[in-house]
Amino acid sequence: MKTFFGWLRRGRTSVIGVPYLWLVVFFLFPFLVVFKISVSEMGTVSVNDVLSIKDGVLQLTLRGTSYAFLTQDDLYFKTYLSSIKYAAITTLLCLAIGYPFSYFMARAKATIQPALLMLVMLPFWTSFLLRVYAWKGLLDENGWVWRALTALHLDQSLAYFELISAPGKLMNTPFSLVIGMVYTYLPFMILPLYSNLAKMDLRLLEAASDLGATPWKAFWLITVPLSKAGIIAGSMLVFIPCVGEFVIPELLGGPQTLMIGRVLWDEFFSNNDWPMASTVAVVMILLIIVPLAVFNRYQAEAQEKAA
Amino acid sequence: MAASTDAPATTAAYLQIHDVVKDFSGYKAVNHVSLDIAKGEIFALLGSSGCGKTTLLRMLAGFETPSAGRIVLNGQDLAGMPPYERPINMMFQSYALFPHLTVWDNIAFGLKRDGMPRDKLAERVEAMLKLVQLGKFAKRKPHQLSGGQQQRVALARSLAKRPQLMLLDEPLGALDKKLREETQIELVNIIEEVGVTCVMVTHDQEEAMTMASRIAVMSEGRILQVGAPSDIYETPATRFVADFIGNVNMMEGTLQSDYPDHVIVECADCSHYVGHGITGTEGMAVSIAVRPEKIALQREMPANEQAPHNRVQGTIKDLAYFGSFTVYHLLLASGAMLKVSQSNASRHRDDQLTWGDTAWASWSPTSQVVLTQ
Repeated sequence: MKTFFGWLRRGRTSVIGVPYLWLVVFFLFPFLVVFKISVSEMGTVSVNDVLSIKDGVLQLTLRGTSYAFLTQDDLYFKTYLSSIKYAAITTLLCLAIGYPFSYFMARAKATIQPALLMLVMLPFWTSFLLRVYAWKGLLDENGWVWRALTALHLDQSLAYFELISAPGKLMNTPFSLVIGMVYTYLPFMILPLYSNLAKMDLRLLEAASDLGATPWKAFWLITVPLSKAGIIAGSMLVFIPCVGEFVIPELLGGPQTLMIGRVLWDEFFSNNDWPMASTVAVVMILLIIVPLAVFNRYQAEAQEKAA
Repeated sequence: MAASTDAPATTAAYLQIHDVVKDFSGYKAVNHVSLDIAKGEIFALLGSSGCGKTTLLRMLAGFETPSAGRIVLNGQDLAGMPPYERPINMMFQSYALFPHLTVWDNIAFGLKRDGMPRDKLAERVEAMLKLVQLGKFAKRKPHQLSGGQQQRVALARSLAKRPQLMLLDEPLGALDKKLREETQIELVNIIEEVGVTCVMVTHDQEEAMTMASRIAVMSEGRILQVGAPSDIYETPATRFVADFIGNVNMMEGTLQSDYPDHVIVECADCSHYVGHGITGTEGMAVSIAVRPEKIALQREMPANEQAPHNRVQGTIKDLAYFGSFTVYHLLLASGAMLKVSQSNASRHRDDQLTWGDTAWASWSPTSQVVLTQ
């Protein structure tokens, strides 16, 4: 018996160990490498080693200048803020579009649900780059979307709200950037929401109705709170990659839309300043991870309190 | 049918179900059902799954719309009234408690929808918690409660709004047997304390018999018989009802002689002397139903008054011991099986009947039911 439980425990450890090993090898280790670069000195071609032997003495050289510079130049701070702003707007829009979509998909006839699910995933069959690039054609002057919006004079209200720089110019504006990001990340909102809403016990809505709740009230008091986990999962899946997004701002963004991904690229390839680029990356990861960890902890505590 | 005979014809019943039909694209789940239910009554719809009882209940709640017919509650026609406007609350099968709300908030849910003032609402919820003895659990979430506690929360939630009519969908179906028996009585006590009119749906005849004041037996969308539990059990109207409720020995026979005060029915293995007259003609085919507990079993030929009627000899093929009683399966000459239930009044009995023994079964002329349909 003892050996059996020992074996079971070992088995369990190794099963849990696989993802942890994965995280250590492909996340923690690269992160440490990036961190190391951020505190190194830039050589001519690549960074110098932090450890060096000089006159038979092992020397550890850590430079904090990149971090200091990050706080001095407010370009970085502004860019972080702007990245978070666009990621948040994208997340909210994805939620606003994705929630009703997932809701009706989950309530659709069981026979057509797989087809609807397939339609959501269909864009993945085309290269992400091509799909983003295609928006260029649609939003550029005389593109279909451009024609539709200008014909309806919607470009004027967009310009009024400073979402585009001037009427008749849609490309390389906050508007085009957000369109591209919402379009790309919408499936990541829909899928977790759909799987959550499809599992919902519909009798709860009947119970709410029976107790005097109108369908609208029942939706806000029962459906929405019960889909909280799906809303959180979908929002994370959209928000986190959006903060660090590089390709979409590069292709669809403009001078107004500062995104941290582009700054990072510039530091690496234009300035050839690896430590600065790594610093930007490390701070970005911390900016995302720390609030997440706090949130998770708060969630766990709330759950414990309830139990 | 029998339903209307209970209520005086002059005053309209509290709940009237009048010739209601529910047609699911050609399939009549509920087929011309009429029922009158009095105020304060606990009424059970009993039937196996798919008999239409749940559809009927859902039409009362407003989740389904009748294809034809009228439902009138307390003088008010419910047609076209959505569930959230009906003065009716339902206790759902496996409860459908809101998992994200505490016990307190679950009970308060309906009251809040009515916009009840805060202090009055708190008072009502506290009273409900007290009624179902869950005061200590007000802050818990449903998943932190046992099955029995969840059931009581569901009861409190559906009673909180003081509905004119309460619906119970398999109220005890999710509980295990022991708890179910205790809860049946408790549930009836609470319902009677509140004095609410109830319609319950169940497939469990024991549940229907212990809880309800009247039962309607349903099959294939129709009501076969309505009556008090003892009426349904002792004087079933049809073969289906006799067979559905409890255990029964069904024997096919022909009406041999028909007197005003008794009839003789000839069956394959024995003849029956039935101590009451029936409406029928001599020679017609009838069924005789005898409950296993109404049959006596002994080794010697019984010398009953109606001899040679009302007795039969057979071999014990099987016996099932249930503790308080034993059921013997008697193989008769024709190959038919006769179930005989004997209560185990004493702990040991000399000369206990057992497998392979030959024994005589006998019954009194008041124990049979003659069924013509």
